[in-house]
Amino acid sequence: MFEYAPAPESRSVVDLKPSYGLFVDGKFVDPADGGSFKSINPASEEVLAEVAEGGAQDVDRAVRAARKAYEKVWGPMSGRDRAKYLFRIARIIQERSRELAVLESLDNGKPIRESRDVDLPLVAAHFFYYAGWADKLPHAGFGSNPRPLGVAAQVIPWNFPLLMLAWKIAPALAAGNTVVLKPAETTPLTALLFAEICQQADLPAGVVNIVTGAGETGRALVEHDGVDKVAFTGSTDVGRAIARAVAGSRKKLTLELGGKAANIVFDDAPVDQAVEGIVNGIFFNQGHVCCAGSRLLIQESVAEQVLESLKRRMAQLRLGDPLDKNTDIGAINSAAQLSRIRELTAAGAAEGAQQWSPPCELPERGFWFAPTIFTGVTQAHRIAREEIFGPVLSVLTFRTPAEAVEKANNTPYGLSAGIWTEKGSRILWMADRLRAGVVWANTFNKFDPTSPFGGYKESGYGREGGRHGLEAYLNV
Amino acid sequence: MSERVAVRKTYKLFVGGKFPRSESGRSYLVQDSNVSLASRKDARDAVVAARAAVKGWAGATAYNRGQILYRVAEMLEGRREQFVALGVPGDEVDAATDRWVWYAGWSDKLPQVYGGANPVAGPYFNLSAPEPTGVVAVVAPETPALLGLVSVIAPAIVTGNTVVVAASPTAPLAAVTLAEVLATSDLPGGVVNILTGRLSETVPTLAAHMDVNAIDLTGVTDPELAADLEVKAAENLKRVLRPVAGGHDWSADPGLGRMTALLETKTVWHPKGV
Repeated sequence: MFEYAPAPESRSVVDLKPSYGLFVDGKFVDPADGGSFKSINPASEEVLAEVAEGGAQDVDRAVRAARKAYEKVWGPMSGRDRAKYLFRIARIIQERSRELAVLESLDNGKPIRESRDVDLPLVAAHFFYYAGWADKLPHAGFGSNPRPLGVAAQVIPWNFPLLMLAWKIAPALAAGNTVVLKPAETTPLTALLFAEICQQADLPAGVVNIVTGAGETGRALVEHDGVDKVAFTGSTDVGRAIARAVAGSRKKLTLELGGKAANIVFDDAPVDQAVEGIVNGIFFNQGHVCCAGSRLLIQESVAEQVLESLKRRMAQLRLGDPLDKNTDIGAINSAAQLSRIRELTAAGAAEGAQQWSPPCELPERGFWFAPTIFTGVTQAHRIAREEIFGPVLSVLTFRTPAEAVEKANNTPYGLSAGIWTEKGSRILWMADRLRAGVVWANTFNKFDPTSPFGGYKESGYGREGGRHGLEAYLNV
Repeated sequence: MSERVAVRKTYKLFVGGKFPRSESGRSYLVQDSNVSLASRKDARDAVVAARAAVKGWAGATAYNRGQILYRVAEMLEGRREQFVALGVPGDEVDAATDRWVWYAGWSDKLPQVYGGANPVAGPYFNLSAPEPTGVVAVVAPETPALLGLVSVIAPAIVTGNTVVVAASPTAPLAAVTLAEVLATSDLPGGVVNILTGRLSETVPTLAAHMDVNAIDLTGVTDPELAADLEVKAAENLKRVLRPVAGGHDWSADPGLGRMTALLETKTVWHPKGV
């Protein structure tokens, strides 16, 4: 590998406070019971800030603030004016994008190249896109006068903290709802900076409320009686628990859950492009991606060639300081996630699959896992069935397109899939048969605010993005 | 000359395109007839039949599905008097027939209305299209016996889903007679399966079944039972259509909601280039 001099992005653009309160009714407030937790930098284990832990009383206060704002301000406001606030937010995000990107990389561990070039542009684009819908709802195909639901409870994961916030808040506000959002406990900081952006945009108090905390805070929020809508992105197990919790209520529910996507490479695929797609599919964001291409299905006749090329490419990946502009693979988000990855990879080896990683020096402090592939994986192995949510790829082979479909669909999940072939008719034949909400053909892990995203089967229900994304926040 | 002795009809289940009795060998007396009392095993068998029919029905062309639903309307029109004899008002039969015609036309229109091209910010072809969710369990409304039943079956199957329907326990004859209409309409066996009997026996089995993709609780009037079924449905994250508080107006324009609630959206990306 070429030696690169370190090229760290400056941290000075971020002005972190030592501690943060909850953002309720337009102000930062202390939690009712005074609890707090620390958010750390997973690349160094350094404490970044102390963050308030919201309890049931805090959740109640936030839901009431959201209700009041819905009834008095945001609900009655014209779509045209709601749009202007959302456009303002989009613009401020663009203006402060480097600050947000650096903070995201600090708190999450993802490479600055990704937070700067993928997350932040998508965040701004998402607000800009839904801003434009706010005054066009009668033309969205949901009847002449679609109505908002009221107060939306939104719980988001740690893998794309600010992007998931945008996916939740932008359509909710465009449709006329107010929100209480709980960021993940390991990555609350960009959501709190977003709260400052709401203040800077003069967004009316109570329209957006941010309640930080862990699982109990989230539970109090989704179970609160004053909530009309629940939107959750995270694990399938928690999604199931939420579906049970809202059963029999009026709360409309959308869930974006786990995945175990097949990335299918046919013998006529251009190998170099396919290998780039495989690498992007599983090592993007350290594999902390629900739609990651975590099961590689290679047509048997080219398996050796593709694997050889993949290994050569993997040896070029640079793992290390997330703020270094040359870094490809950053830190694992938390100690808990690292131990989950270790547990599953140990199971992979124990069940008889062959583990391989390129020579890769891991930093001493922080949470790290080298990019890893397993070959000789069978469909029964845990690493072929369970979501690892890390930089670990399970490789299987197939002979015929029908076998590829069978193996790809042999999972309770159905979020995404990839197809690599030069034959157009085969792409469309495969795309028809894959039970997944997003199918990437000769590309992978592409996202856009206009493009609906969401799963089949146990990957959840509802779509985020595009016209479809409005449906989750309207009474239709 | 003595009066002719009538040939009475045996009312049975409708599973996989056939009319079996309940495997339990039981029946119950309702509407002056012995009607099959479906068991949990019958419910599971019906799911197997519905699953087997998914590939062919979802894979049929939209035009073909539309033709078949229209054919159902033709057959229903022809049997109007039979439903009237069962106590279904004539205008309800007419409305049910018209409802089949209305939904028939949606088969090849909904994908355009509900899907389309997405203008992504990059050189990619990007298209979203609706697809059927798979096997749908349906609790038919108690009344109106025929229009309510048609109004929950047609929107589920027009898009390519297959259904297992728990018919109204108190007025099942219209459901069994509708099965005879369906059986003579070129509808492939297994696309619609109809169970008669007690909801408490069949519906919890369907709600908890791991090979059912969605459940329509429209006919469940007890809120506690509805909540319990929704909890069961969460095990494999079934799509749930909740009962409407205060009941339905089945004569109103149905809208798209009953169809779209049972659809998935698939988005396909491909780069553009030379």
